[in-house]
Amino acid sequence: MPEPLPISALQHLVFCERQCALIHTEGLWAENRLTAEGTVLHENAHEAGPETHGGVRVARGLDMRSEALNLVGKSDVVEFTPLEAFHGPIAETVRAAASGPGPPLVGWGVLPVEYKRGRSKTSPEWGDCDRVQLCAQALCLEEMLGVEVPEGRLFYGQTRRRTDVPIDGALRDLTRRAVARLHALLASGETPPAVNDARCPNCSLVKLCLPQVAAGRSAAAWIDRRLNTLDREAA
Amino acid sequence: MKEHLNTLFVTTDGTYLAQDGAAVAVRADGLDAAGEPTGRKETKLRVPLHNLDGICCFGRVGASPQLLGAAAEAGVSVSFLSEHGRLRARVVGFTPGNVLLRRAQYRAADDPAATLAIARSAVLGKVSNCRQVLLRAARDAPDAERAERLRDAARRLETNLHGARRAGHDGAEGATDTLRGVEGEAARTYFAAFGDLLAGDPAFTFAGRSRRPPRDAVNALLSFLYAMLTHDAKSAAESCGLDCQVGFLHRDRPGRPGLALDLIEEFRPLLADRTALTLINRRQVRPGGFTISETGAVTMDEATRKTVLTAWQAKKQETVTHPFLGEKVTAGLLVHLQARLLARHLRGDLDVWPPLLWK
Ligand code: SF4
Repeated sequence: MPEPLPISALQHLVFCERQCALIHTEGLWAENRLTAEGTVLHENAHEAGPETHGGVRVARGLDMRSEALNLVGKSDVVEFTPLEAFHGPIAETVRAAASGPGPPLVGWGVLPVEYKRGRSKTSPEWGDCDRVQLCAQALCLEEMLGVEVPEGRLFYGQTRRRTDVPIDGALRDLTRRAVARLHALLASGETPPAVNDARCPNCSLVKLCLPQVAAGRSAAAWIDRRLNTLDREAA
Repeated sequence: MKEHLNTLFVTTDGTYLAQDGAAVAVRADGLDAAGEPTGRKETKLRVPLHNLDGICCFGRVGASPQLLGAAAEAGVSVSFLSEHGRLRARVVGFTPGNVLLRRAQYRAADDPAATLAIARSAVLGKVSNCRQVLLRAARDAPDAERAERLRDAARRLETNLHGARRAGHDGAEGATDTLRGVEGEAARTYFAAFGDLLAGDPAFTFAGRSRRPPRDAVNALLSFLYAMLTHDAKSAAESCGLDCQVGFLHRDRPGRPGLALDLIEEFRPLLADRTALTLINRRQVRPGGFTISETGAVTMDEATRKTVLTAWQAKKQETVTHPFLGEKVTAGLLVHLQARLLARHLRGDLDVWPPLLWK
């Protein structure tokens, strides 16, 4: 069995496969303002310790693992809610999940919550990166706790917006495919070419990735042109 | 990733570096009103570690273990150098875990064709930049005779450039050695003309390159600046995960930072030589700032070393455009960009390593 991979790598993969390989294959990591603030935000979320309010138990920094997906990670926040406390649109889904087939005795609804600085990021290939990461957490929790996790929540620091994310069949499929791609990519040891598109200016690795050169430019041709120009100017 | 590249140079004997929160505290002997040592250390300066790329300590300078740990964690390397700038020891944190890049580097170093291509870039960069230095000086030369000598040397370097571009194209064996020969010939031509680049004090003369020990003030200056460049090139190689020992133009030799020496070739004329020439020609350094030992070795005094380091740091802050990337950066960042480009070439993103061909 190969090494389990971090759930965070999944998010990198979904944002840009090259970024994922640069970080997880090549070991490059660049702290920029965005990632540094993200780290601080996460540390705060992890450090606060467990607490209970309004009957909801809030666990921070839980270690998560899935044997099936061969992933490991840490959650920001998982909220455990007594089932009778559920109201609102997903209450029925949660109750159905708790009383449905599978292991019984589910007294709590399990809700993973992920905190993000800034806004949601999307990629042309995989859509919304944050939902995939959240779904991977949900899959880990399901495997570890023997419950169904029908929903997760994303919280965006910049807009102070929360988004409820249904962990539905389509998202589960997408996530499983992304996990398979992640394992294949990192097992290959290769670094895919740069995408060189709108993602690059927002990428913390842009200075190490050099997308403008990694996207198929010829340095040999440049050297020839440059030296010929210099020869002409010298003459 | 460090983008500011400030180096803290500590040149005063007896200085002690301590950790002060997230900053380095520079502590030195306090002086009383009459300028006499009080016998107590005082904090002269506090510099936040995150503002620094490296700390270079010259001569008798100490540092606390706490500071060394904090610096390593902040990605700031601490070097201990002799007063001539020779590296004695260096404290660095963990290098990026880029084992695949290193393997690619070693494979390339074992492969004659890959070695030739990288060595060629180093030679093209160096010889071309030497030629640019000579041509620029020829334009500003005070007399026609001197201008003609400089242009003549530049023409010979052009021949060397063509030789370097051709080397190995006929599939001949030992092309990298041919290249090394071309590089040596170009260096002799360039240094034969170097005296004509000196326009200032007649006390500064240059009779060819000498090192270990440098036999005149100009050579002492050059050796010191090359040592500073090598130091930066080592950091640059390490911070992108390359092994600074395993070079291409420079073959492996125990204790020799072959890759760092490859990386600095193109920077010697561009940054080091030009800094030395400016310092001499603007009379910012004086012959009196150099002393000759019994064995004929020339060293700088502390005040001169400070002047040189200040000029060096200022040179590295100049804004320039990277010729291949077309990006505006500080001159000090160039060697880091060149190391990253080499890493990208080794990982297969770029067909060849583009040298820094200055205009
Ligand atoms: S700079 Fe662009 S291509 Fe490079 S890793 Fe980032 S997003 Fe991907």
